[in-house]
Amino acid sequence: MNALNSYRAQPDERGHFGAFGGRYVAETLMPLILELEQAYRAAQADPAFAAEFDDLLEHYVGRPSPLYYAERLTEALRASAPEGMGAEVWFKRDELNHTGAHKINNCVGQILLARRMGKTRIIAETGAGQHGVATATVCARFGLPCTIFMGAKDVERQQPNVFRMKLLGAEVRPVASGAGTLKDAMNEALRDWVANVHDTFYIIGTAAGPHPYPELVRDFQSVIGREARAQMLARTGRLPDVLVAAIGGGSNAIGLFHPFLDDAEVAMLGVEAAGEGLDAKHAASLAGGVPGVLHGNRTYLLQDDDGQITEAHSISAGLDYPGIGPEHAWLKEIGRVEYTAVTDTEALDAFQLLCRTEGIIPALEPSHAIAAVAPRAKAMPRDKVILANLCGRGDKDIFTVAHALGVAI
Amino acid sequence: MTRLSAAFTRGPALVTFVTAGDPSVAATPAILDAMVAGGADVIELGMPFTDPMADGPAIQAANIRSLAAGITTAQVFALARDFRARHPSVPLVLMGYANPMLRRGPDWFATACAEAGVDGVICVDVPPEEDDALGVALRGAGVASIRLATPTTDARRLPAVLAGAGGFLYYVSVAGITGLQQAAQASIADAVARLKASTDLPVAVGFGIRTPAQAAEVARVADGVVVGSAIVDLVAQHGAAAAEPVRAYVATLSAAVRGATKDQAA
Repeated sequence: MNALNSYRAQPDERGHFGAFGGRYVAETLMPLILELEQAYRAAQADPAFAAEFDDLLEHYVGRPSPLYYAERLTEALRASAPEGMGAEVWFKRDELNHTGAHKINNCVGQILLARRMGKTRIIAETGAGQHGVATATVCARFGLPCTIFMGAKDVERQQPNVFRMKLLGAEVRPVASGAGTLKDAMNEALRDWVANVHDTFYIIGTAAGPHPYPELVRDFQSVIGREARAQMLARTGRLPDVLVAAIGGGSNAIGLFHPFLDDAEVAMLGVEAAGEGLDAKHAASLAGGVPGVLHGNRTYLLQDDDGQITEAHSISAGLDYPGIGPEHAWLKEIGRVEYTAVTDTEALDAFQLLCRTEGIIPALEPSHAIAAVAPRAKAMPRDKVILANLCGRGDKDIFTVAHALGVAI
Repeated sequence: MTRLSAAFTRGPALVTFVTAGDPSVAATPAILDAMVAGGADVIELGMPFTDPMADGPAIQAANIRSLAAGITTAQVFALARDFRARHPSVPLVLMGYANPMLRRGPDWFATACAEAGVDGVICVDVPPEEDDALGVALRGAGVASIRLATPTTDARRLPAVLAGAGGFLYYVSVAGITGLQQAAQASIADAVARLKASTDLPVAVGFGIRTPAQAAEVARVADGVVVGSAIVDLVAQHGAAAAEPVRAYVATLSAAVRGATKDQAA
């Protein structure tokens, strides 16, 4: 096993993370996937690519994002913790990025790849609309036409982001097939791609899909973990004891975790959406799914005994997906990362806690991470450090939260 | 000689597709029989999947209707087994997506195919690069792993597509999803000639073929003609009474395919 020396050497040359990942796509797409891999290898070897990526992240996205000690949240948690307990809680502030979430990191990387490959049209899928907004943003920045596929149900419940995408010049195409959510949007984006292979680049929004997407999305998002590791060392002279991040497809989590995977002293916790509960409707593929093949990769999926995909549910549209990136499936199997799940209600409580203690309105996605942080922090001594990824801001979620709290606005 | 290879020895073969369980499991046997009665040489039975990402609107809707009516994998195999009992010599192929096929493991699936009398399997989203996920088990059970070649399958890649391929080679004539536009005849002729130079397998052409005239054109240059969405449309239109319209339509296709004069250039 190649995991003996490093947890950071995945995937193998076929795009497999252990038994997960791979390239499960129609033959029409296979040559394009292979071409994308070649183009990515060439970009990795080209210092000019990294230089342009870094420059855009600094001056367009606003990186590095701050590393922030959440003192009042820490104190609030200590107040109900046993004597001497209550670890310090720190946040990686990726919600301060341009467009309000970590999604933009990946979009910048992929559109630079698309340009290298001479592609003239961009497509993407989106659920809550954050990835769609980030994609529309980089398309506007580089003057490329883009079509965003979005489930018809999500179009209805995420009108502000639909309008944002249109302002940015994107065409938003509602997808009525299936349940009209993220999974169906991804199906439709794949259908468009297969019919437009020669000029179109598909910017996948999470660390999933056929190889090399899980790898390249992880690499572009790993700026989160690289910055956080250096910032933590500079500020405290030590590494964090536990990393925590929310997981839908898992791109913000893998971006935070990956640069720390070989730091044996750093534990990691991925937080899935338990929705209405793991025995009811939820979106926790690792906790409640089994391995299967969907959207180009082998990974844990919510499915029935016949392999039909079941609908996910989470109050957070960004976590509302029945699969998970293949590297997380592998990290779970080998035990390097621990995974847990948090319900809609727990996430809502954490959302409000952060608003009141820190003056930060988080997105519902990282609210799941914060909900998982609270019990961990109380069970750890005060000299320990938890670092959570605050991967998005909550402006987009205020209507959902108001509705859930029974407030009319 | 296998049932599948025999089907391609009598001149160009007509391959017809229908989604299992659409509009109901009870309605499918009569539709399959109607395709045989109409003159189909190879029957493709679609295994429904919630996420048919290579299919156009017609077959997507058929998948949804079938799943809504409650089809199970066990029923798909029961349909196949009963078809085999009624039609001992007509080749039957399952077509679908990886996840329902792999849910109980590739060996389970391959054995179930062999026991039900299924001659071959077309899995849309298992390319040659992932052959060990399914193809190895199929061949081990004596079931043909039917591969797809497309307009994007170049000469460099073709040997990988052909390695382990069985039954026939399915040429997807357009880069796109099922049931929409048809490719230009000249590009089909060129592609088939190119494929046949590299393999002894029969080459069947599909995607976007709906009229007898189109079918006859393709039959002039290929070993087989695949028609799917047009039949699925008839099922959508006529529901449980679809068998007779399907038979009549398949008969027009069959007559056109059989009347086609082989292009010498091909």
